[in-house]
Amino acid sequence: MATQNVRRTEVQTSTRKILGVGGRKPTDASLLTPYLFMAPYLVLFGVFILVPGFYGIWISLHNWDYLLPGKPWVGLQNYVDLFTPGSVTFEPFWQSMDATGKFTLYSVPLLVVVPLLVALVLNQEFRGRNFFRTVYFAPYVLGVAVIGILWRYLLDANVGLVNYYLGQLGLPDNIPWTNELPWAWVALVGPTVWWTLGFNTVIYLAGLQDIDPALYDAAKVDGANRWRRFLHVTLPGLRPILLFVITVTILLSANVFGQPYIITNGDPGDETRSAIMYIAEEGLKNFNMGSAAAMSYVLALFLAVISVANFALFRYRGD
Amino acid sequence: MGRRVTRQEFLLMSAGAGFVLAGCGGGPEENPAVQQQAGAGSGKQYNGPKVKLSFWNGFTGGDGDYMLRMVKQFSSQEKNIDVTMNTIQWPDYYQKVPAAVSSGEGPDVGIMHIDTVATNAARQVILPLDDVANALNLKKSDFFPVVWDAGIYNGHRYGIPLDVHPYALFYNKDVMEKGGLDPDKPPQTKDEYMAALDQLKDKGIQGFWVPSVAPDVTWLFETLLYQNGGELYNDAVTEATWNSDAGVDALTWMVDLIKEGYSPKNVGALAEQVAFQNNKNAFYWSGIWNILTFRDAGVNFGAGPLPQIGSEKGAWANSHNFVIMNKQDQDPNKIAASKFFISWVSRNSAEWAKAGQVPARNSVRESSAFQSLEPQSKIAQELPYVRFPPSVPGIDAVVPAALDPATNEAVLLKKDPEAALDEAASQAKQILKENRQKYQA
Repeated sequence: MATQNVRRTEVQTSTRKILGVGGRKPTDASLLTPYLFMAPYLVLFGVFILVPGFYGIWISLHNWDYLLPGKPWVGLQNYVDLFTPGSVTFEPFWQSMDATGKFTLYSVPLLVVVPLLVALVLNQEFRGRNFFRTVYFAPYVLGVAVIGILWRYLLDANVGLVNYYLGQLGLPDNIPWTNELPWAWVALVGPTVWWTLGFNTVIYLAGLQDIDPALYDAAKVDGANRWRRFLHVTLPGLRPILLFVITVTILLSANVFGQPYIITNGDPGDETRSAIMYIAEEGLKNFNMGSAAAMSYVLALFLAVISVANFALFRYRGD
Repeated sequence: MGRRVTRQEFLLMSAGAGFVLAGCGGGPEENPAVQQQAGAGSGKQYNGPKVKLSFWNGFTGGDGDYMLRMVKQFSSQEKNIDVTMNTIQWPDYYQKVPAAVSSGEGPDVGIMHIDTVATNAARQVILPLDDVANALNLKKSDFFPVVWDAGIYNGHRYGIPLDVHPYALFYNKDVMEKGGLDPDKPPQTKDEYMAALDQLKDKGIQGFWVPSVAPDVTWLFETLLYQNGGELYNDAVTEATWNSDAGVDALTWMVDLIKEGYSPKNVGALAEQVAFQNNKNAFYWSGIWNILTFRDAGVNFGAGPLPQIGSEKGAWANSHNFVIMNKQDQDPNKIAASKFFISWVSRNSAEWAKAGQVPARNSVRESSAFQSLEPQSKIAQELPYVRFPPSVPGIDAVVPAALDPATNEAVLLKKDPEAALDEAASQAKQILKENRQKYQA
């Protein structure tokens, strides 16, 4: 406690210095130092996030094709279209948002829970632990094109290995994994979990190793069994890690593009075409960048709301 | 097809082009492409200083090797022109080229599919080539009219046709023999085709795998639509007409093949091709570009003109066209060299035919070098009745956005063919209207 208080005072003093509130008058150098340290990042952030972010809003207010001389101002029309049933973009856009939502709904719980279980196992002491850690992480190093084409052929309804082996086991061998619902969702979520669970596992492992072993010992002394120790020591200890994993997994799932693009081609019809797939099509293939930009902001708004809700849900108690 | 450019206008344009090109430092935006012809040089020879040309295309298959061979031969023959070839997958190509050209980093010469020429002309990615065609003495009579006319947008020529690649019938001889069919007599009429499928079915072979994934499913549909006397669009290109009786019949025929068991259900992306290679599928309707693939895979196959299912002959096709990019600060020497390069490849396109293409140029197609090429020369018989989409900007985006989901859902037996096509047509009408506004046509 005592050390903490001392540290807090130090921090407060230096904050005052920086802000120039009270205390001695700060020198120019001390004023600039923190900003200089942040500058390299801020420059990149500004050039690649901030400026395009605002430029995109400007684009979304026009019918924008970067190569056409006329980029007529349309005000909020691109946004209005997105909320007007019967417009060119309404149906496909919300269909794609729906597909993205479903993918997120199906994949996030699995990507949060399965890696946690894997991490708990890999956190035990046993022979060959490092080998298994590598095995679970390995698919993550592959590109989406590689895993996409791999699974597209494995899951093909008529010529795929998965159906072949199901048939050998006496199970139905004609499941249309890649072009019929609900199978297409299995074909998208399954490979995604296999592909990315290693990443979340590594994050969980780091979190698990950060939990003070003394807490487990204390719990044991108090007579807590394995399940109670998990519930009352491990989970609370992983709280910040869980927040990170859930937030990042939701964002990554909501940005899904490569898997439906390669494995299902958005089929059947447009049922598995994700929002990013449709936005890319509209903006980069049909060169309707204004409406594509508008869609991006609507999607971003959705994700911002979800992220804020997520943070609110996981906020430290008493903080 | 708009107004012809008169001789005087042409001379003026050619003379002016040099000034325009040298004078305008601005981007393509300030250089309405129609005002500037590619200019400079006759294309018959190149006498300028040493230049480097950058040539981009999407020949990622076996065809890329043949093109590279031609490029190398050209570069070693022409000491003053050094052509470097860059190959990018077609979907990426059509995104990258406009961006690269607008930033001045793009290629000098490129290849574009005929249905994308109008879009890229309207977006000022490529330059009009009327003078190239004139200087090279290329005339409509040198090509099939449908190929020649499709490269014209707004009264100007933008593409020099290199080849035509139509849909053809690939037949697996091993599978045909297994089904008791004569492997040297592929079916050519609807009756023959259905009889062959029945015979295969009796032997437990599903002889014609109907694709479900775009673009293959749509290309098959378009072929049958043409054979039934239908068209994709009305003459004014304001409406899609694929939901006509011709279209509904075409799609229903495809769906019935699946319902009656001539084809498996839910054929995945290119599974029909894999099945053909593995001797599971007898008949594969696809592009002529498969010749190299099947040859490399050692498939015992033949290829020839498609059977006629409908009331007339028809085949989906596309065509690779040479284009010259509308780069800023264009070097007239490079343009002259580009023209010479295009004309050289065009004249020597018999070599290109070996990659599994039908040369667009009549003289090459009639040459003994091409006539002795099997099966390319047989498939070339289809050229009189191939069709291309109308030369209207944005047309290349209409079918993927509207028609592809419809054919897919119908073939997956999720939607009634007529309902699916109606819905697609009304969506296409909106997109066509948007395109007209966008390109102010």
